[in-house]
Amino acid sequence: MFSPTALNLRNRRRERWFRSLFLLTTVILVFPVVAILGTLIAKGGPILSLEFLFTEPREGMTAGGIFPALLGTVLLVTVSLLAAVPLGVAAAIYLSEYAAESRFTRVINLAIVNLAGVPSIIHALFGLGAFVLFLDLGTSILAAGLTLAIMNLPILIVATVESLQAVPKAFREACWTMGATRWQTIRMVVLPNSLTGILTGIILAVSRAAGETAPIMFTGAAFFIPVLPESVFDQTMALSLHLFVVTTQVPGVPEALPYGVALTLVGVVLAFNALAIGFRTHLRRRKKW
Amino acid sequence: MVTPGSDQGNTTPAPAIAETGRPATRIVLEVKDLGVSYGEHVALSGVNLTVRENEIFGIIGPANSGKTSFLKSLNRMNMFNRSMRVTGEVLFAGRDVRRWRNVYALRRRIGVVFPLPVGLPLSIYDNVALAPKLAGVRKRQELDAIVERCLRRAALWDEVKDRLHSLGSLLSGGQQQRLTIARSLSQDPDLLLLDEFSIAVDPVTTMRIEDVLKELRNEMTIILVTNLVQQARRLAERTAFFLSGRCIEVGDTEALFAGDVQDQRTHDYITGRFG
Repeated sequence: MFSPTALNLRNRRRERWFRSLFLLTTVILVFPVVAILGTLIAKGGPILSLEFLFTEPREGMTAGGIFPALLGTVLLVTVSLLAAVPLGVAAAIYLSEYAAESRFTRVINLAIVNLAGVPSIIHALFGLGAFVLFLDLGTSILAAGLTLAIMNLPILIVATVESLQAVPKAFREACWTMGATRWQTIRMVVLPNSLTGILTGIILAVSRAAGETAPIMFTGAAFFIPVLPESVFDQTMALSLHLFVVTTQVPGVPEALPYGVALTLVGVVLAFNALAIGFRTHLRRRKKW
Repeated sequence: MVTPGSDQGNTTPAPAIAETGRPATRIVLEVKDLGVSYGEHVALSGVNLTVRENEIFGIIGPANSGKTSFLKSLNRMNMFNRSMRVTGEVLFAGRDVRRWRNVYALRRRIGVVFPLPVGLPLSIYDNVALAPKLAGVRKRQELDAIVERCLRRAALWDEVKDRLHSLGSLLSGGQQQRLTIARSLSQDPDLLLLDEFSIAVDPVTTMRIEDVLKELRNEMTIILVTNLVQQARRLAERTAFFLSGRCIEVGDTEALFAGDVQDQRTHDYITGRFG
């Protein structure tokens, strides 16, 4: 009576099949990550030291440290976040909480999606034209940071809109029926509960801002500057460009050096992300509904 | 209490009650030829009724009869749904609700309890203190007093007084519904709208909330939409029967249940022949 029928057996076989298939694809995905990190740590790990991180390059960048590039990347990411996060979150709040479904908002949404699809080299040319030349910021940390900010706006807006929409409409209606204005509702109920999603957007933005080379090449990152920047109006070195330079442009670089630069770059991104993730975990712990 | 002054010209004493010796009752809400539609779909049309001060006014009727749409038109909740259109007139405290220039003040005077409890993802304390805060109350002692008073009146105080600062959204369904009621009381409303409040609440809690409502009747007017015919009988002085987007009839609850109806369908619904 309880012996499996042919259909049961077939379902069970398929179940095993699909399980293995999904497991396999997951393993395939993990493989490059492990391979990349493994190579970087194996080849770049030995060169890492406090001296490498916190001194300037010497002998035509074939020796010494990478401090100007490390500092430059941190500054660029910081400037781009300071510009992009307020703008992106405000735009997302408008689109999610205020804007009606209309031709105007459809055009805006289309523009955002298209902005996300623009190649980074085009952003670079835009930054050169708009910030370096038109606003006359010169090639500077500010111009490069703003260029990165423009590049990251769509990511931030989309992530924020999604996290705002994830807050149940019933919460908003409950607030509105108490006589709360839209802004009061957003401030007291909607925003506090969508911070985790906004932080996810910031994490993605950090990774892109730190890693991109093209947008900063024309707008603020320099091949080699022996001194540290004094203000946001100075040019700077950056890890991503430095990696490109020591890999392809400078003869006689020891093999470990580019790996060390790459490992540092990954480390910087992870450090920024760890901050955001730590904050996000803290917020999730007091969750809610 | 309805604010005096704003409605002087529009108060109509209700003779039926005045004759029984109780003080002349004023009209809190007057609805004239109300219609609600969502795009092409007409949810409600031609509704005329009045609600008197300090009564519990029941609305019964099967699903899709327009009960919730009726409630939504009262405090202009149609602003939340762009496809919802309201026609006709709703006079609250003698003034057409669409003429209230300050819709936020209007909403503060009308409390709403939705079918599914909505514990905001704030602490229990903040759930109840939110409306007073929005209205500008800042002093801690004042807020403390309001929170305690509202939670007590919603019969929730004893269960939560030791954890006022834990999350309101983690309470059980029945507790959350009482929290929702406490929250709408914190607005100090003149009119309380309850939309099938007991749908997600166990029978014991339902009875407790019903006791709460009986006491609240002395201080405010309550419109009780319910899918439980007997609940209307237990609580409402007068009851309206809605069917397919029309208000079939309004009458004294006891008279309706005694069979004194103008429309056979009301009788059929009340006695459980359909719905």
